[in-house]
Amino acid sequence: MVKKIKNLKEFSLSNDRFEGANLMCPGCSHNIIVREVLNATDDPIIVATATGCLEVCTAVYPKTSWDVSWIHIGFENAAVAAATVSAAYEVMKKKGKLPPATQKMVDEGREPKIVAFAGDGGTYDIGFQSLSGAFERGHNFMYVCLDNEVYANTGGQRSSSTPIGASTTTSPAGSVSYGEKMMKKSMVEIMADHGAPYVAQVSPSKWKDLVKKVQKGFEVNGPVYINAQSACTTEWKHAPEDTIEVSDLGVDSCVWPLYEIINERDEHGIIYSTKLNITYRPKKKIPVEEYLAAQPRFRHLFKPENRHIIDLWQKAVDARWEYLQKREEAGV
Amino acid sequence: MAKKYELNEVEVWDGNMAAAHALRQAEVDILAAYPITPSTPIVQNYSKFLADGYVDGEFIMVESEHSAMSGCVAASAAGVRAATATSSQGFALMVEVLYQASGMRLPIVLTVVNRALAAPLNVNGDHSDMYLGRDAGWINLCSYNPQEAYDLTLMAFKIGEDLNVRLPVMVHQDGFICSHTAQNVRPLQDEEAREFIGEYKPVNSMLDVANPVTHGVQTEEDWHFEHKARQHNDLMNSFGTIKDVFAEFKDRTGREYDLVYTYKMDDADVAIFALGTTVESARIAADQMREKGVKAGVISLRVLRPFPFKEIQEALSNVKAVAAMDRSAPGGTFGALFNEISAALLTAGKRPVVLNYIYGLGGRDTTITMLKEVYEDLDKCAKAGEPVVPLQQFLGLRGPKLSFY
Repeated sequence: MVKKIKNLKEFSLSNDRFEGANLMCPGCSHNIIVREVLNATDDPIIVATATGCLEVCTAVYPKTSWDVSWIHIGFENAAVAAATVSAAYEVMKKKGKLPPATQKMVDEGREPKIVAFAGDGGTYDIGFQSLSGAFERGHNFMYVCLDNEVYANTGGQRSSSTPIGASTTTSPAGSVSYGEKMMKKSMVEIMADHGAPYVAQVSPSKWKDLVKKVQKGFEVNGPVYINAQSACTTEWKHAPEDTIEVSDLGVDSCVWPLYEIINERDEHGIIYSTKLNITYRPKKKIPVEEYLAAQPRFRHLFKPENRHIIDLWQKAVDARWEYLQKREEAGV
Repeated sequence: MAKKYELNEVEVWDGNMAAAHALRQAEVDILAAYPITPSTPIVQNYSKFLADGYVDGEFIMVESEHSAMSGCVAASAAGVRAATATSSQGFALMVEVLYQASGMRLPIVLTVVNRALAAPLNVNGDHSDMYLGRDAGWINLCSYNPQEAYDLTLMAFKIGEDLNVRLPVMVHQDGFICSHTAQNVRPLQDEEAREFIGEYKPVNSMLDVANPVTHGVQTEEDWHFEHKARQHNDLMNSFGTIKDVFAEFKDRTGREYDLVYTYKMDDADVAIFALGTTVESARIAADQMREKGVKAGVISLRVLRPFPFKEIQEALSNVKAVAAMDRSAPGGTFGALFNEISAALLTAGKRPVVLNYIYGLGGRDTTITMLKEVYEDLDKCAKAGEPVVPLQQFLGLRGPKLSFY
């Protein structure tokens, strides 16, 4: 059942099943994203969470911040956890053995939504196999990557999502290093290429766009991947009150483009159409430099010997933005 | 509703087929698995049952054993009956999640077809995988033949799911010698098996969305210790349920199981203590030794965890020499069975000679002749009242004799 959302005030006050009183850092984007995802529906939700900041900060015995069924197993298995809960739900529905209260909600058209949350470490790196397997098998669930481009929970080590030039604790900037050497992995396209019916990139600062995409994801049948930009006050080293501003800079510089990929399938599951839609176009595309300047993890790039990395960044972002626009135009 | 599978009073099944039928009759809701020799036929057989309409649960062929056990954990937390099968390297890949399954108190059933651990890569039977997981907080049941693999797999569900237990259960069988050797098996009919195991009783089901529950929390120094102590407590107390289930099974089938298995131990002077299929070979060796006037017996564990310490003390109370047979590379010390038996004897105030034999690694045949050599060693030590052979020997090894301690 698609929830009708009138405005931000109403949205921010509605149906809060994720308690704000948790141990996350002030200014953490994870909190904002999780609330936006959960508030996108009034249907029952079952959540699986990978080991990471979200998990260690929200389920410390004997307390829990979750007013939904929730499970954490390990770092690398949030996808298979959510996928198997989904399979278990289907089996019990088929057998007519769902718990009575759940059956009643299903009868009212309120099917449980099954969502996995994991950081980029648990998604791009250690959890990738489990994620890929679950998507290939086509389970009906949504996977949300809270992408802060770093192993924040273990003290800020680089992941395969860390962008070039970022200083992390295992790719530190130094007298002979500008920090991380590799470009970020393209998870959105990788997951779309699994044939998932719906894949999207979102930012918590563009809440309407995020909620709309989550709602679309809840309506399709099959695995859905949402890549959420999650500015990290601790590891990106911006002030807690600047989280939304930094997120906006990412979106408006097209470092973090907002778009969706829809794989339309026929009744046999064969994809007959792939469409990429850019869902947000900055009125004025700001230079990448402004995004980088807002985050001390990139501070060293502004030294003369590292300026070429900023130029490289701009080129890479421009090329990617152009690629996305071309795909959108071509309808592929 | 799944079709009824018409079974003969006596079927000819190997251990894998026996385990697969037990999983089918248990009406598992989610079976998540990944193939690995020698347990692969369990999931192949199960898939065929599914394809022919004999299973109405779901079989999920995942992309690794790590995901197989993770899937079982999630399914079990969702409030449904979950099971899987594995061996060796697959078991090793599962180990992280084995601890999560027991720590989260989820009554998953894992049928383990025991196989060596690489390197060198080896697909044949030994107990390296069993030993790797023995501290993972699971109940461990041991079978010696396909009939027992079948019986114990059925009982595993009933034991683990008991509300006083709520722990995962492994059922071990030897790779190839049990898993691929067809023997007579007397199965229960489907409805009898269903009635014996009973309906699954979900506890804290995630699918009960009206009553949200948090599974898999974090505990640090403030609560972790209490959680692990409680888990150990309930594992130790599962002896009662295990015995009750064994007793009920005996009432239904006439087949008797005890925590410790003994053969001609009442008057035995010397005993072989082994696990798995070697128990059956040792019985023949013991009989042959008895013909020569040596009072030989055999002892084994039916339940490896929780460890039946007292029953072992009792069973070994009159022996003069016992051989602890460890089918796993000991890694720089005595075999685990040797250490555990020695502890039981020492605390009972008994001081028979205890010898340690490392045997059968990577599927090396252990013959009746070899086992009789063990009895000969034991007989010499029993008569001397002290060890007259090295404490640790490698049995059936080619090349120069290898011994330690």
